Amino acid sequence: MLSRVAERVYWLARYIERAENTARMVMSFHLVSLDMPKTMPLTWKNLVAVTGNDDIFDEHYQREDERNCVKFLLADHYNSSSVFSSLKAARENVRTTRDLVPSEAWEIVNELYLFARDNMDSGLGKRGRYQFLTEVVQRCQTLTGLLAGCMSHDPAYDFIRLGRNLERADMTSRQIDVGAYRLLKRPEDDVTAPYDGLLWTSILRSQSGFQMYRQHVKRRINGVDVVHFLLQDIPFPRAVAHALQNVQEAIERLPRNEVPLRLVMQVRRHVLGAEVDHLIKEDRLHEFVDTLQREIAGVHGAIVDTWFALDKAA
Amino acid sequence: MSIDWKSYDPKPFYDELIIAPGKPRPVARKLTEYLSSLDDKELQTRKQAADHAILEMGISFTVYSEGENIDRAWPFDIIPRVIPKREWEAVQAGLVQRLTALNLFIDDVYNDQKIFRDKVMPKYVLANSKNFRKQCRGIHPPHGVWAHICGSDLVRDKDGTLYVLEDNLRVPSGVSYMLENREVTKRVFPEVFENSSILPIDEYPTQLFDMLAAISPRPQDYPEIAVLTPGIFNSAYFEHSFLAQRMGAELVEGADLVVGDDDCVYMRTIEGLERVDVIYRRIDDDFMDPEEFNPDSMLGVPGLMRAWRKGKVGLANAPGSGVADDKVIYAFVPDMIKYYLDQDPIIPNVPTYLCVNEKEQAYVLEHLDELVVKPANESGGYGMLVGPHATKKQRSEFAQLIKKDPRNYIAQPTLSLSVAPTLCDEGLEPRHLDLRPFVLQGVRTDVTAGGLTRVAMRKGSLVVNSSQGGGSKDTWIVDEEA
Repeated sequence: MLSRVAERVYWLARYIERAENTARMVMSFHLVSLDMPKTMPLTWKNLVAVTGNDDIFDEHYQREDERNCVKFLLADHYNSSSVFSSLKAARENVRTTRDLVPSEAWEIVNELYLFARDNMDSGLGKRGRYQFLTEVVQRCQTLTGLLAGCMSHDPAYDFIRLGRNLERADMTSRQIDVGAYRLLKRPEDDVTAPYDGLLWTSILRSQSGFQMYRQHVKRRINGVDVVHFLLQDIPFPRAVAHALQNVQEAIERLPRNEVPLRLVMQVRRHVLGAEVDHLIKEDRLHEFVDTLQREIAGVHGAIVDTWFALDKAA
Repeated sequence: MSIDWKSYDPKPFYDELIIAPGKPRPVARKLTEYLSSLDDKELQTRKQAADHAILEMGISFTVYSEGENIDRAWPFDIIPRVIPKREWEAVQAGLVQRLTALNLFIDDVYNDQKIFRDKVMPKYVLANSKNFRKQCRGIHPPHGVWAHICGSDLVRDKDGTLYVLEDNLRVPSGVSYMLENREVTKRVFPEVFENSSILPIDEYPTQLFDMLAAISPRPQDYPEIAVLTPGIFNSAYFEHSFLAQRMGAELVEGADLVVGDDDCVYMRTIEGLERVDVIYRRIDDDFMDPEEFNPDSMLGVPGLMRAWRKGKVGLANAPGSGVADDKVIYAFVPDMIKYYLDQDPIIPNVPTYLCVNEKEQAYVLEHLDELVVKPANESGGYGMLVGPHATKKQRSEFAQLIKKDPRNYIAQPTLSLSVAPTLCDEGLEPRHLDLRPFVLQGVRTDVTAGGLTRVAMRKGSLVVNSSQGGGSKDTWIVDEEA
């Protein structure tokens, strides 16, 4: 398999996963914002910070209000991680690898891109937002299902799995980070404290994890348990540990895999070995997530160097 | 209501399917009878089925417009063009003869240049040739073949004679559409295939693979073959990807390839570097190797020429083949056939006046209102003067151009291209067409049974290019004796 082609299907999967997760995040924040009392509005800018693109936001906007933040996350083309940019990039990647994936994959991605482009206005407004985002998430899931069910599980598919799960691990860790600041030691008289439960529920919801949490954790929603669930739960497919296990399995099937394999196993060990309540007690959760994201980026770098890098001459 | 062949009148042109209103050519009788048996609704249903099949099969071509690439559905007319097998056998022989002579000529140009020494052709044609590559001097590609894949454009004049209009020896395209047109037609008119003997065309990808394998530098191994494309932005990308898939070859871009210190060509794969034996390149000479040609080319592979020269990789078509793809040199093809093969040309050239020749130039200048004037090295119909349709001012401008740079201009009589019945919005109408058969030359020579028929869909138009409103038809070579 050509390196260039491998790289394109890998990015196809990453961008689709990114679009889906960004849509999920905006949706859950949107829902919880409807529950918050008018006197304590949510800070939408936190959501932008989660994506790591807040400096680009600051270049383009002065007001950090809901409208600007949602527009930045869903529509803006100068935000390379916005839902629209991600779908556009995914479309370009599938367009150039049409021979490798089932032909319906191109149709799904192309139609999704056109849908997002033509209906973006309803996504930006409060009234049509829920429907718009649900549609984006569902269509992303359709693609994932199509590829899992109709594509030979060959190296091309391994790269798709790799991209999807690495992006998922990264995005879920960012979600944990949203909650992390709520767990910091706060002044005794913090009036927003009673609303923590709402926020954690929304974070779980954004990963479709609320029901799974209820079924498997069986305790009332609290920060420590939610972080533990999203970080370390093995059966839950959107948990970091589960996604990394998938990354590892995909890497194991690929040739010349020593370096990336070593790295991903190391990250998995760190994730599984983390003592969540200690991290929280010692105010080190954000720091931990930060390191985790750097390690995930390291796995990506090793994947690029091993299989995609084109400048390595004969 | 169904098709009434008595009310279809192609006059004054030669029609491919009928001799006169109501009187089909013998070879087309079964087809015309079958078409008359369908009522209007049924015919429309078949047309829609074809449109649907084209979308579903993803047959498209790319148009670049407003900064974006748009894939357009391939324009296709469901009514096939029919040629009798007996006539086609002569055409095939003529095309083999022609490409054999052209390859002998290219090999001669880059080596001994006997044809100039023997004064069969004047040497000045080389001096001003845009596609002569001095980097190719002294090279002997396998089997003496340079142009392995040739697409020659044939046109039929009003008296029914087929002429070669031009030979495309650089990167001729269209063969994938020829194959797909047949697939679509089989879906739309399966009944006709049952009752007539239509020669199959689908061995082309196998023949192409075999021809490419025949120029592998490692004949003992299963060859690693790659199709080199400029990328998704190229208008023929569909074809590049189609051929790679049908041959089971890799579709590569310049950046996927690297030439090693051992002068071999490698692909960058997830397994590491893998050697490539033969490259079917679909990029022009100029962009192929920035070390030897255009240094700004991002599409090419540095060192590719070096690898080819040392015999470490097969290239089809060989660099420099385009030297014979020049309208002045075209005029000499009949002489080449005589000189190299000692034969008379089987398919005639369109009579061509060379403006560089004083007498002929005088004739051209006197008859500008009857002639088509073409620059020697352009393709795609650029910079042409169609005398009968031009204004006086345009004609006098061209007279100046010819006098200034006579080597660069040739003139030909205006042909009245043949027509065939075509399903248009107005119903069944005669439309002009041409034909591009494809010839493969390696150890052996193969000619497609038929080729790609291109139709000018606009009334009266002679422009058959798909980017300019041209369409296409399936082409049937029918064995009447079978």
